[in-house]
Formats: sequence, C-alpha cells, structure tokens
Amino acid sequence: MSQPVVQLRDIRKTYRSGDLEVHAVRGISLDIQAGEFVAIMGASGSGKSTLMNTLGCLDRPTGGTYHLDGVDVSSLDREARADLRNQKLGFVFQGFNLLARTSALENVELPMLYAPKRAGAPEMKRRALAALAIVGLAERSDHFPSQLSGGQQQRVAIARALVNEPRLLLADEPTGNLDSRTSIEVMGVFQRLNEQGITLVMVTHELDVANYCKRILVVRDGLVVRDEPVQNRSIASAELAKLHSAESGAKLNAGIKP
Amino acid sequence: MSQTSGVISPFPMRLFSTTVIALRALRRNKLRSMLTALGIIIGVAAVIAMVGIGNGAKSQVEAQVASLGRNVVTVFPGSFNAGGMRGGWGSTSTLTIEDTDAIVREVNGVVAVSPEVRDRNQVLANGLNWNTQVNGESTDYLSIRAWDLSDGAMFTEIDVKGATKVCVIGSTVVKQLFPDTDPVGQTLRIRNIPFRVLGVLESKGFNFFGSDQDDTVIVPYTTHMRRLNRRTTVSTILIEAASSEEMQSVQDDVTALLQQRRGGREPDFTVRNQLELAQTATATTRVMTSLLGAIAGVSLLVGGIGIMNIMLVSVTERTREIGIRLAIGAHDRDIRVQFLIEAMVLSSLGGIIGVILGIGISQTLANLNGWPVLVSTNSIVMAVGFSALVGVVFGFYPAHKAAQLDPIEALRFE
Repeated sequence: MSQPVVQLRDIRKTYRSGDLEVHAVRGISLDIQAGEFVAIMGASGSGKSTLMNTLGCLDRPTGGTYHLDGVDVSSLDREARADLRNQKLGFVFQGFNLLARTSALENVELPMLYAPKRAGAPEMKRRALAALAIVGLAERSDHFPSQLSGGQQQRVAIARALVNEPRLLLADEPTGNLDSRTSIEVMGVFQRLNEQGITLVMVTHELDVANYCKRILVVRDGLVVRDEPVQNRSIASAELAKLHSAESGAKLNAGIKP
Repeated sequence: MSQTSGVISPFPMRLFSTTVIALRALRRNKLRSMLTALGIIIGVAAVIAMVGIGNGAKSQVEAQVASLGRNVVTVFPGSFNAGGMRGGWGSTSTLTIEDTDAIVREVNGVVAVSPEVRDRNQVLANGLNWNTQVNGESTDYLSIRAWDLSDGAMFTEIDVKGATKVCVIGSTVVKQLFPDTDPVGQTLRIRNIPFRVLGVLESKGFNFFGSDQDDTVIVPYTTHMRRLNRRTTVSTILIEAASSEEMQSVQDDVTALLQQRRGGREPDFTVRNQLELAQTATATTRVMTSLLGAIAGVSLLVGGIGIMNIMLVSVTERTREIGIRLAIGAHDRDIRVQFLIEAMVLSSLGGIIGVILGIGISQTLANLNGWPVLVSTNSIVMAVGFSALVGVVFGFYPAHKAAQLDPIEALRFE
C-alpha cells in the first residue's frame, strides 16, 4: 500500500490558561490515504478544530508525530511550515477569508505569490484562470468579493486553495455560512475535485453535509470515537436535480391553483 | 510565452512578489493610502513654505541692510549714557566739521567721510511743491551709500568749498516735481533759494525702517549749513571703512579720537557700525523665522501624529488579512517587508508631492506679495526625512507585531 497523505500518531494538544490545563486533543492516531474524502464531526469543544488546525500546520501539537506526505511536520520551524501550507495544503474557511476589494483573479493568484519558487506573471494568470474554471467562475475573474454571492465567494476560496495543486485540501465548516442549496453546490464542487483524485478533509457539524463525504470521523472529548465509511452517500448532482424538479413542481402547482 | 514554464530563482523574486503584493494592497485601499499620504503632504508642504517665507524675509532684510551702504560707521550725536535728564537721540547737536576733519586726518582705514546735515523742507519746482528730506553731504556720500546716479552728475569739491546752490535728487522727488520733464539742469527752490539740479539718484526703494530712501534732495553740506540752516553742527558723520574687517577698528579709533577731543567730559556721541545695525534688524527677522519654524514644526508634528494614527489603525484593522496571508504560506518576513514597502511608498510619494506643493505655495506667495521666498534644501530634507521616518516606523512596527501572531489567532481577529 502506498504512503498515506496524513499519518497522525498519538497527537496531543494541551492548552494552558493559568493553572488550568485544557486537553483539547488527547491522543489521536489516524491515517488518511490519497483520494479519500473525510468529514470530521463533533460538537463544539470536542477538539475537532484543534485537530483541523494541526492537520493544517497552523498549530503545533504538544505531543505525538504528524507526517504529511511523508514529511515529519512536528519538527519543522515556522517558515518551513509556512512553505508546507503553501505547497501541500489548501485551505477553505467558513468565512471565505478572501481579500476585500481584490478581484477573484488576484485572490486566487495570492498563494502563487508566496510560493518558494515563483512562476512568471503570465503563468500565474493562466493557472489562476484554470483554477477558477474548475469551480466554474472563469468568466467572473475580474469581480470583487462584494460583487459575488456567498457560494461564489466560497468557490473563489476553493480555487485559491487549489491553485498550488496541494496534496490535501482542508475545509473548515465550508458550508457554515451558506444556505442549503449553495451548500449542495459547494459539496458538488468538492465531490468533482475528489473524483479527480484530490484528497479532502472537512470539518462540519451537519450530518447532511457529512453525507457527501466518503468517510466520517466523530470526535468527542479529544478522541476519535467513531470512524466509518459513509452509507447511502449523497451525490450533489442528483440532490440538485431533485431540488430543481421539486422547485418546478411547486411552481407548476402555484400556476394551476388560481 | 517561453517565460510561462520558467520558474525563477527564490530570493529577489520573493522580494519582487512582495512588492507586487504591497502595491496591490495600496491600490485596493485608495482612500486610506491617500489619507496617509495627505498627512505627510501637509506636514512637508507646511515646513517648506514656512521656512521659505522666513528665509525670504531674512534675505530681504539683508538686502536692505546692504542698501544702507558699504562698511559704514556712523557717529550719532547726543549722549544716551549721561546721568540726569536725557534728551534722547540727536537732541543735542554736538558733532562739528572739526570732528569730521579730525577723523579724516587721524583715523586709519577710512576711505570716505561725509558730515551729514539733515532737515525737512518744502521744495518747489514747476509750480509744484513737495515736502522732502533735504540733506547736506560731502562728495563722498554716494560712495559711502553705494549709490549711483541714473542721470547727470554729482556736485564736486568746488561746489562744497564754494557752498554753491546745486543738488542731486532722488527719484521720488523727480516724480513729484518733474513728472514730465528731464530734471537735470532745471531749478528747484528750497526756502526760496534756487538750486540747480545736477543729477538724479538711482532708485533705492524703502529702507528697513520703512522710509522711502528716494524721497530726498542732497546738497553740499556747506551750502546746507550756511544757506539753509545756519548751523555750526552736523547731524551725523558717515564714515566708510576700507573693508568690513576694518569696521571695528575704525569704530574704536573714531570713538577714542572723539573722546580725546572732548577731554574729560562724558561722551556726547555714539559710534555704531553697520554690522550692529544689521544685527538689530536681522534679530527681528530671526524671531520671525524661528516663529515660522515653530509653526512648521508643529504642523510637522501634527502631520506625523496623523500618519501614526492612520498607520496604526490600518495595520490593526488588517490583522485578519495578515492571518489569511500567513495561512496560505506567507513568511513573517514577507508580511514585514510588505508593510515596510507600503509605508515607504506612501511616505516617499507623500514626500514628493509635499515638496512640490510646498515649493508651489512658496512661489505663489512670492508672486502674490512680491516677497522673496527662499526654499531651503535643509527644510526639504528635514521635513521629508521626519515624515518618512514616522510613516515607516508606525507602518512597520504594528505589522511586525502582527506577523508574529499565530495565523489562527490573526484569522480570528475581528
């Protein structure tokens, strides 16, 4: 079997506030293989965000080892972790976190500007447009975030996460700020990316959303309490079609009534 | 397009990227950028204009002091050191022609001497009349005052010896009494005595006491003393020293000589040289210059505080943006360099515009008021340097702090 993308061994994270020690994560071991699509679920305070930040190299665990794509991350310094985030990880946040008053294209170009080896300007533009095309927003590349809907902003953020061709795409409550229809659209984008071979890990507290993934991890009190494949997986394109026919049916009924 | 597949070497490229990032950040916050630059623009422009005005005023006073003449030592009558009742300047006329002759005879380094007799008189010519300053002088007067004639000639030693009724006149008198005719060779009357006009003095303008130096009629001092005033004393004695270095020794020697001629009596005269006069005059301007400088300093300070405020606020407000950048792979140094570049671009842009504006204001003031306005390089360097320093320090420091945050903390920042 090939090397896992993520290999966590006995990861621990303890926060200290005054005399009080808070054990956010108390020894999680976990493998995620290439091509997986994992949902991490849990109540707030369960430790799922800490786990996510550890996976994203945003936070350092206080114990255990983390190998990302074969590299031992726990020993890396701040700058090396920044390069790792830039090259091997893509982030999608709940609040989109796009730069305001900056076009979709420039937002997507941003990770390439921080790349250790920077491509030329035309190459950056080409790749940014390609990433926007993947999420279906190529023709809106010159729009500012304020001119885009929430779903579109999240898709720009996904394009930004994709542009450096990461090994792992991390999404923290990516549908948290979206209505149910746009949530399905965004999950559809994730499913398409996953089919193309991209490994995804997302945090969510909605089972509906988690059902679009392939594997669900449930975290409680800093430990993984359940780890199982998704039964009856939802397929975004089918759900959208259902929604569409339901909507047109409602319209039809509304048309007949009077 | 061959560039497209090329990957360029890390370090200078990273700096280039950061520059691109910084410029994009400035562009997308035009209002904030403009406000920041405005603080610098106002500070710099104010300093340059203020100091320019101050320097201009000083140079004008210096020019006026120079118009008094060259290396002039003046003997004034009356004593202001005497005890008891004091009459004030010129209340006693104690200087004589003999004093003048003694100075010429005995003091070294004296080039020219003119005993001056001063008086105001009604002057008539061409059916017009004008009240003006009528001074009796020697032939050296023009040399002492560094004054030339625009027309005609000066009276001569023969005129002085013979106390002849001749004069040279200033341009204001020409305007008032000979508006349409050439005055040279014509006659004007002072106290009903006819004087022939020999020459016209070049226009000298106002002196720094505000009086019109061209509003004057100069006659030989002998004529003045014998025919107009019938006095035996002179008002002042003007002495020209050979050089500015010799002014002091001439002043000392003249003082000693006159004191000696008065025996044991208290001195009833004062000897001053042009430098002292110049110092008195420039002291006033110096006060004004430092006042303007103080105002300029305050505006620079206020401008600096403005820059500081907007920099601190904008960087704090951008903590989240810094978090995003850190999360997607920016190094701490990238953030610091970005904000440093932003601050430097704003400071230098503001500085350049401020300098242009400051020079523009100075020029406009100069044209409107007819003052000379001298823009000094020092004020430019100081103003731009200070603003840039403030802008860079307060743009950089909070960014430096923010760059050290954990990305998650910075992202959570609201």
